[in-house]
Parts: sequence; C-alpha cells; structure tokens
Amino acid sequence: MDNDRLKSGELLVTLGPSAGLRFELADRLFLRVGPSGSNARCSATTDRLYAPNDDKVQDDSSSGRRSRPPRRRPRRVWRQFPPRVPGSAFTDSDTTNSRTREVSSESRMRLHEYQAKRVFADAGIPTPDATLASSVDEVVEAAEEIGYPVAVKAQVHVGGRGKAGGIKLAESADEAEEAAEDIIGMDLKGYHVERVLVEEAVNFKNELYVGVTMDRGEGKPVAMVSTKGGVDIESVAEETPDAIAREHIDPAFGMHPYQARKAVYDAGVPRELASDVASVLQTMYQLWDDRDASEVEINPLMVTEDDEIIAADAVMNIDDDALFRQQELAEMEEEAFEDDLERKAGEYGFDYVRLSGNVGIIGNGAGLVMTTLDLVDYYGGEPANFLDIGGGAKAERVANALDMVFSDENVDAVVFNIFGGITRGDEVAKGINSALEQFDEIPKPVVVRLAGTNAAEGREILNDELVTVEETLEDAVQRTVEYSEEEAQ
Amino acid sequence: MSVLVDSDTRVVVQGITGGEGKFHAEQMMEYGTNIVAGAVPGKGGQEVAGVPVYDTVHEAAREEDADASVVFVPPAFAGDAVFEALDAPLDLVVAITEGIPTQDMAKVNKRLSEVDTRLIGPNCPGIITPGESKLGILPGNIFESGDVGLVSRSGTLTYQVVDNLTSRGIGQTTAIGIGGDPIIGTDFTDALELFENDPDTKAVVMCGEIGGEDEEEAARFIAENMDTPVAGFIAGRTAPPGKRMGHAGAIVSGSGTGTAESKIEALNDAGVPVGDTPNEVADHIEDFL
Repeated sequence: MDNDRLKSGELLVTLGPSAGLRFELADRLFLRVGPSGSNARCSATTDRLYAPNDDKVQDDSSSGRRSRPPRRRPRRVWRQFPPRVPGSAFTDSDTTNSRTREVSSESRMRLHEYQAKRVFADAGIPTPDATLASSVDEVVEAAEEIGYPVAVKAQVHVGGRGKAGGIKLAESADEAEEAAEDIIGMDLKGYHVERVLVEEAVNFKNELYVGVTMDRGEGKPVAMVSTKGGVDIESVAEETPDAIAREHIDPAFGMHPYQARKAVYDAGVPRELASDVASVLQTMYQLWDDRDASEVEINPLMVTEDDEIIAADAVMNIDDDALFRQQELAEMEEEAFEDDLERKAGEYGFDYVRLSGNVGIIGNGAGLVMTTLDLVDYYGGEPANFLDIGGGAKAERVANALDMVFSDENVDAVVFNIFGGITRGDEVAKGINSALEQFDEIPKPVVVRLAGTNAAEGREILNDELVTVEETLEDAVQRTVEYSEEEAQ
Repeated sequence: MSVLVDSDTRVVVQGITGGEGKFHAEQMMEYGTNIVAGAVPGKGGQEVAGVPVYDTVHEAAREEDADASVVFVPPAFAGDAVFEALDAPLDLVVAITEGIPTQDMAKVNKRLSEVDTRLIGPNCPGIITPGESKLGILPGNIFESGDVGLVSRSGTLTYQVVDNLTSRGIGQTTAIGIGGDPIIGTDFTDALELFENDPDTKAVVMCGEIGGEDEEEAARFIAENMDTPVAGFIAGRTAPPGKRMGHAGAIVSGSGTGTAESKIEALNDAGVPVGDTPNEVADHIEDFL
C-alpha cells in the first residue's frame, strides 16, 4: 500500500480508548461536519498527492474554522508527514474482546491504527480526518489544518493507551503542542512513542462495536455487532455475552447481506442506523476475507448526533502465514520488539519469548519447550525464556540459540532439551561444541539432554568438558536448576 | 492393532519430489509404510524413492488404488493439495505442512464437513501404528507396538511421552499428532472416539497445551462417552498470558479460558489424572494397565 496516498475528505472525530475519558469528552466536544466531495487539502509534504485548489484550506485561512453543512457522510483525509519509522511493539490492542484476543497474538502482523484506518477508508468505511505526525511542529500544523478540538493519539501497539496517557485532547494550538510534547517520545508501557495520529474530535451519542474474527472452535469466521461499544467490550463479552450479536459465516460462500442485517438487528442497532452499520459490517467481512485478516474490528463505531457513523478506532491484524499473498500489507509491517533480545530472536528466526527467571531454555518443538519450562518451574527454578529452534536445526542454528541465551544477562544456567525427529542429535552436538569452543571460559553452565534421531552419535560428539550431559529430561532440568541456584548465589 | 492406518494402508506422498517429501517418503518406506505413489503437478512419469509419480492425486489413486496421502506441499499450495486429496477421494489425508493460512484451513474445514475423508493436521508430525505403518515424520524407532493410544497437539512432546512409555515396556496401538494450529482436521474428541472404539487400546494418553478449548471439550467427551481410561498432560503451565509459544494455537487469553489450569481442572473433573511431568503420565498409564 502506498502510505503516502491520501484520500480526499473531511471530518471527524475523537477518540479516547478510555471510556472515562470519552464520557468526559462527550460533554465538551461538538460535531462539525465538513463539506465533502472531491476537494482535498494539500500540505507542503503531500502536495504531489493533491489537487491544489482546496476550498477548505481557503476556508481555514480566512476564518480559522471551516463551515460545514451537516448530514453529509464524512470522508477521510490521510496525510503523512514523516517517512515511516520503525515503531514499537506488539501487545494487546485497545479493543479486542475475549474471543478475538484468543486468535490475535504475537504471530499476527498488526497494523497500526493509522494503517488500519487507511485500509478501512479505502474500502469506503467512514473514518476520521486525521494526520500522522512525528514532531511537535507537525502535530500543531496538523491540528491547525484539521481544526480544534483534536485528539493526539500515540501510534504504538499498546492496550489502554488513553489511561496510560497516550491519547490527549487538544482544543487549541497550545494544548496541541503540550499534548505532542507529552506523548511523542514518551515511554508507553515499555514502548517508545515516535508517531502520533492527530485526529478531529466530534461529539457522539452512541458507541457501537463491529468486528470479524475467526472462531477457532467452530473453524469459521464470525461477525459480531454490539450496541455496547467502547473499551469495555471485553467485559461486555464476559459479563453479558448476549449483548454481542454473532453471526457465523460459511467461508466458502462469504457473508450474505441478510447475515449482516441479521447481526445488526439482533444487536438492537436502531433502525435508522441499521443499513449503514450492516454496510460497514459487510465491508469489514470483505476486508477480512480479501486481506487474510485474523481480525478486523471497529471499537467504537461512533454514532454522531446526526446519526452518522464513523470508525473512531480501527484494528486490523493479518495472518502471518498469508503474508506471501498480501504483499501490500506485508510492506506496512513495522518491526517491533520488546527488547534487544527479541530483536535478535527475530533476526535468527527463532520462536522466542523472554521471561523473568534465570534458567535459559532451548529446545526443539513448541510443546516440548513449553514442557521444559514447566519442569523447570516444577523443580523450583524460574524460566528465563522460551526458545524453540524448530525442526531440523543445523549446527549454526544451534550456536545462534546459545548465543541468544547467553546474551540474556539474567541467565545463570542453560538447559538444552532436544528430542530429535527431523532434528539430528549429531548436528545439535556439533552446534553446541562450536558455540562453546569460542569461549575461554564458558559463561554459564550448560546442561544437555539429547534424545531421538542420532542421539547416541550426538552424545559421542559432545565435549564433556564444556557441558553436562544428562540422559533424561527430568535429570537435565533438575541439574540445571541446581546450577542456576549455585550461580545465583 | 490400530486405528486409521495399518500395513494395508496404501499411501500417496503429495510433494514427493521436494526435499522433505523425498526424504520422509524414504524414511516411511524404511519403516514399512506401503507407499504406492507420489503426486506432484508437472512431475508425472518420474519415479522417486522407487515409486511412480503422477501429476494428480486422482490419477495416483486410480492407478495405484491408494486410500491415503501424506502432504509435504509448501504452505501456499497445501490447502489446494488437501482439497485435491478430499476430491480424489482418499479415506485419510495427513497434512504435515506448517504455516498454511488460516483462511485456507477454514475452507478446508468446511469441505471436510461434506465428505467422508479424515484429515490429520496440518502442522503435525503425523500418525503411526508401531511396527506397521507411519504417515508423517515421527521417528519410528522410539515406538513399540502395544496397548496404549496416544493423541497430542505437539510433535516433540509426543516423542517425549512415547519415550517415557516405551522405556518401561509400554507399547502403543497408534499415536496421532493432531497438530498445533487453531483449525485442524482431527481433534482430541475425534481421536479419543477412535481409541474408545478400538478393542485393542486399553488406555489413552492425551497431551494438550494452552490455548483454545479443545481439551475442555475432550474432557466433556471423556466424562460422557469413554470407558477406556485416559491420562493427560498439559504443556504451558508457566506460559505468560498474551504470548504465543511457538504453536499458533498456544496462546493464552487474558480471561481465564485456554489456560493450563482450566484444562487440568476440566480433565480432573472428568476423572482424568494429569501428570506434572511426562514421566508421571507414564506412571498413571502403568496404573491403568
């Protein structure tokens, strides 16, 4: 997708993923509806994308406030000041309910809010007038163009941005500057905020929830609609599941229009909004299907005083396994890691999760590595990480894994647990030897347990002066936990 | 004895000309699997690992009277390969491929509900009836023929538990690796039903993990429908919520479902002892026999 491509448009929104914030805002904000149509705005950095004769810009310059006829469908403006900057990390988004959270995971590529909104807007879903900015000046410039009030929203993959101070409302240039200074560069739950979305704020009378995700229990996509939108959709899902209308979709046939209507009426969406909401839901299913999404969500889908609907937040996560056929989306991915070790794991291509303990764990196969973690815990140790080297690992990969775990300064001892099917014990042993032979002194004790394919050959090869070899999983884990306790002292 | 596969099972290897396909075709044949053909579009007429290769599964099934296939086709084409096997039609399809797009699997899943073919996997190590036949990548040498059925979401954990069983002389009827993906063909309940109906299976090991609610569902099935005793193991007790641990399915939601605790509790309530270690699972099985 061309990140620089902007759509003409006008209007919109506020946001605040915290319900409390939104309630507070609701009293203060007001709706302004802009002239829609083909006009678009230009800015110094984006003029190649726009027709320069933009009447709204002229409006702005004369009155500082656009006059907008009401009751027009909002359109969207996308502008991006800075080039894309590698951003922050993946955690829970603001708006996943308990079911969708199950499928959304680290394995899914997540679009940022601004990216998802662009995809939605391109598909015809009303989204706010918004601008991406990465400096205080850009925020103020964007806010001036959009018109106050604006919401300044940190673009990081962190849940609860509003409560954590990552979303602020600004009603003047001073406030926009202040919000930008507060948010840009801030540390939001461990992630560095480099960019914000500056978005128009509107009044709203209602918040809906719409989403499409995979119901893994059914093996089918499910479309969901609720009139209880807002950040607390997760508690809605848990406490009053009936408040969310669900419609399973046959993936072979796609979503029939009647299904979208049924979900909307089942959810109790007012009749005057039903057609628009059903249309948004239908579009979201199409996006889900066309783009190999694991989930698409709008929460909230705001209802304005004039019964317009507009996507005030946007979630779009893509199935990693399908990125080979979603090139446009794959290019939008912004590498994001929690820390240097996770970055390193990404480079090496390992499944790696850093944990808080001091026993480094390396194994092959997710189930076996999880089991090794559990046994470390069972025998009184604390796992420092999950590291799966995968199937068929060669010597170099094994050496990389050791390098990774040694890089974690919390690690006091390492257990290597290999049960070879495809993976060959002799290859693993060579990797361990070559990794350890580089050291004058082995940084931390290493315990190795080799079983399965070529395990006997592997144990022959292993250098007993460098590692401790144990025959069974239980013995290996217990020995490692002992070492970790000794080292920790 | 066995469920699903035995020495009479006539197997097509889809993707036999690829590196993995060829290597494992040879391994399977060495184990005794009756591999009768390969199927690779555009490679018909060749011979790989001593068996004829056909352009289509239909042709392989027709010419060689095949009734099962093992899929070693790359992820982008694997969904289509499974459809082809369902349409041939074969009785059993084992999809080893890891990384098939979820939406492809949703469509496969839909088709499965309309046909009689059984799918195992994807993203799984396969199925083995010790001493007779293996369809997949499991290391044959650790298995031994015997009385215990085994079903698992994880390949290497399967090997670990089998090792604990075999090392104390407990053999297996059949071991089924159902795979760690969110959408799979044969699930725990299906496999448990097969073992319940197999007169030779005297006890069953079920290895689950965090994520999803399949283990809870299996627990309900065991409580209501099974006389054969089951012992369980659940991997991922120490997994932090919200993190994915390797398998696409192995993620715990924040809301208390899909956790190791909820699965262990459900199994215990169904009368299934759950081992703290794989070795303890073998202890429980020993008690049953």
